[in-house]
Amino acid sequence: MTEYSNIETTSGNRGLSFEEPLIFELDSQDSSAVDLDPPSHDMDRLGGLRRRLPVGLPGLSEPEVVRHYTRLSQKNYSIDSGFYPLGSCTMKHNPRLNEKMARLPGLGDIHPFQPESTVQGAYKLMDTLATWLKELTGLPAVALSPAAGAHGELCGIMAIRAAHQAAGNDDRKVVLVPESAHGTNPATAAICGYSVESIPGNGNGRVDVDALTTRLGPDVAAVMITNPNTCGLFENEAKAIADAVHAAGAYFYMDGANFNAIVGRVTLSELGVDAMHINLHKTFSTPHGGGGPGAGPTVLSEALAPFAPLPFLVHDANGLRMVEHSGDKDAPQSFGRMKGYHGQFGVFVRALAYMMSLGIDGLRQASGDAVLNANYLRVRLSEELTPSYDGICMHEALFDDRFLKDTGVSTLDFAKSMIDEGFHPPTMYFPLVVHGALLMEPTETESKATLDQYCETVLALARKAKSGGMAEEFASSPQLTPRRRLDETQAARKPILRWKPEPLKHAAE
Amino acid sequence: MRYLPLTEPDRGAMLSTIGVDSVDALFAELPKGEPTFDLPNTQSEINVERAMHAFARENLSCSDVPSFLGAGNYRHHTPASLDHLIQRGEFLTAYTPYQPEISQGTLQTIYEFQSQVALMMDMEVANASMYDGATACAEAAAMACRVTKRSHVLMSGAVHPHYRDVTQTQLKHLGLEIECLAPDPIGVEDLIGRVGGDLACVVVQNPGFFGHLTDLTALAEACHAEGVLLVACVAEPVSLGLVTPPGAMGADIVVGEGQSLAGPASFGGPGVGLFATQEKFLRQMPGRLCGETVDADGRRGFVLTLSTREQHIRREKATSNICTNSGLIALAFTIHMTLLGEAGFAQLAEVNHANAVTLATRLNNIDGVTVVPQAFFNEFAVTLPRPAVEVVEDLAANSILGGVPVSRFYPQYEELANMMLVTATEMTNESDMEALVTGLGEALS
Repeated sequence: MTEYSNIETTSGNRGLSFEEPLIFELDSQDSSAVDLDPPSHDMDRLGGLRRRLPVGLPGLSEPEVVRHYTRLSQKNYSIDSGFYPLGSCTMKHNPRLNEKMARLPGLGDIHPFQPESTVQGAYKLMDTLATWLKELTGLPAVALSPAAGAHGELCGIMAIRAAHQAAGNDDRKVVLVPESAHGTNPATAAICGYSVESIPGNGNGRVDVDALTTRLGPDVAAVMITNPNTCGLFENEAKAIADAVHAAGAYFYMDGANFNAIVGRVTLSELGVDAMHINLHKTFSTPHGGGGPGAGPTVLSEALAPFAPLPFLVHDANGLRMVEHSGDKDAPQSFGRMKGYHGQFGVFVRALAYMMSLGIDGLRQASGDAVLNANYLRVRLSEELTPSYDGICMHEALFDDRFLKDTGVSTLDFAKSMIDEGFHPPTMYFPLVVHGALLMEPTETESKATLDQYCETVLALARKAKSGGMAEEFASSPQLTPRRRLDETQAARKPILRWKPEPLKHAAE
Repeated sequence: MRYLPLTEPDRGAMLSTIGVDSVDALFAELPKGEPTFDLPNTQSEINVERAMHAFARENLSCSDVPSFLGAGNYRHHTPASLDHLIQRGEFLTAYTPYQPEISQGTLQTIYEFQSQVALMMDMEVANASMYDGATACAEAAAMACRVTKRSHVLMSGAVHPHYRDVTQTQLKHLGLEIECLAPDPIGVEDLIGRVGGDLACVVVQNPGFFGHLTDLTALAEACHAEGVLLVACVAEPVSLGLVTPPGAMGADIVVGEGQSLAGPASFGGPGVGLFATQEKFLRQMPGRLCGETVDADGRRGFVLTLSTREQHIRREKATSNICTNSGLIALAFTIHMTLLGEAGFAQLAEVNHANAVTLATRLNNIDGVTVVPQAFFNEFAVTLPRPAVEVVEDLAANSILGGVPVSRFYPQYEELANMMLVTATEMTNESDMEALVTGLGEALS
């Protein structure tokens, strides 16, 4: 195999794997892939601000552009092409019905500032989505406008701070976050002016409830807990934690990144939650698009609902109305606007199409299959890998690197070797609470045949690693990809963050 | 259930491997008692399509009537190949490119995006995107405070009101003062007179929210003399094909909304926030950055880099809490810019401006209608003899989306009640203009 991977070609292409330069390096014919009728006149009202220099863009025809981006796309792994068990990311199938619906002219080609009488359908769609999210969580209000998970956290913590301020409790300055939390949690708390204190785990992969309750006091504003947590475990004392948090006068924020595990099986009101963001781009199947766009609607308890951000919909005599100003009679206590326009409407369309397709019975089946698939991986892979915690997991299975002890193979090398086998690696080195973590989230949209093939592959790799003397081979993986391991140190030490025309490049050096 | 591959025999076999007797048994740690939900059951693809069409039918689509709406969200033509390319599953259904060996497609497109944005703005570096123009503006103001170690942000009255509102919200707990000047439809506010050593930054927009174009050069010089950063917002990036970019006028941070080049309005979201600055401020930038490097065989490749600024490494000390951004919309922006190229981009901007000049001249000839800005790109404010919100409703009743009433943003300013924003683009043809001129004439007679 190694021999074949070393074959040199004249073009640099290798069969279906093409070398593709930057657009700036393609032969520019000063052409364009877009035809427009010429302007009807050349009268200028630019006030002397006409651009003096060209932008510096290459000019290509349509076939050249289509081929360039098609070839680039082929250098990507994707959920369409393979198994993507990236823990904490919920890489499930993205139904194409959602894309088709988002492109209906009556949903895609509408403007945020049309007269309200001309967009009642859009308002009804948003209101229907809100109804689903409130019903699924059991909380009475939802702010739709946050643009992603971290933005939803910001919404929740802003609402919490506004509630404390309204109650005259703004001397609370601390947010408690478990040490296993996503980095966004402490970053969000810091933006809201809070200092962050870490709460340890209890040895069973869950929050140490005693440590948490001991730390609660009059200076604590909120507790942020991911549930199911980043170890893939349900925080089974969530309600007790919520009660203690509330007794101490603080609020309970739940990070909803892992909501997919529990949809249709428990409500947040049962868990005493005051706020939780919902990643529509995880739980409700809207595509990740190589890094967004997402949407992070945030459900709010009765206590926090009055502080919800602008804008939001209210029902009045003429139908639905968007409340857009803090001066509005319906928004006396809103903490303000956090996003332009009305939120990620295109993502709302896709998520609602998904929810309506599955229905409540299908959503419950989906969370069941997601947890079933994760436990199947956990049990089968435990034959060679070392699970970090005993017992049933939720939607993701956490392993650590004890099984690689004395093999010379690191978690990174082991994960990279999966790439040559055609699988996307799991999340690595997160959560931070176990050594050399491998966090695997299969989701419900994988077949048993795919899981079996993955398990057999990973078990074989583990046996190979343990067979001894394999460290170098693992360290040199992947071999069969468009690029092999990339030098991240060099990238950070001498940042080259854009193409530059040659003279400029020399001037900068 | 068409999205779930497991069969009942599969589930039975897997449960037996796990050693439990039912799927429900896997949820034993959850609170006891089954919650009930008042929600419908699964539906066929056909029925979901019917339901979504019903929502769509209750909206008046901009594709069906003459539309002159803007105010930060613009309707341009989307080439057919653009929508095809962004729906390729390898782009659409990939995650953030954390595994660079199998993400070179996404990474190279981000690198091209960063390069294009920097060139368009005439800045040194750009990031991989923010959520939208408004949040990018807030991040720019926060970054200016970090860079200058000052805490006072001055926002022009020509900045989009949503950008101003979002900046006020997002920075409210950071011990900063965000001062927003009164709305400035004609560009008379004295920003240079307000510049002083107390300010971290002055935030402006060009073209302004009311359409007017301003030479920022003198303001930039005044700012730099006092150690103040100039933050410039661009809500309509098509303008950059014709108008001198903020970087060439001395801006230190340039942010913008890329939606108008990325695709349809989609009721205002998702968009894509553009963020560009000078290299010396790199370590204070928010958001992801893609950089060039080499692989183990010495071949050029791309990776996410400088992540020690970001939340997953730096946690509460990060420059921002942003994680997921607007990858796919940034890709659409990049593909559209590549399709246009230098000549196409300039031509697109020329056509927009020519149509706007024609429309402004014709509207200004209607009794009682006055075009506000002298210099503008493709959008301008007009004053009307009666409240714009009523005029807009009258026009909508005649199937014309005639403009955006300024009172939608500034209801508290009575002097703006009769003002409306009007946009013309390459999509605006002679019959559209005729419809608006006639419709407005009737509405005002």
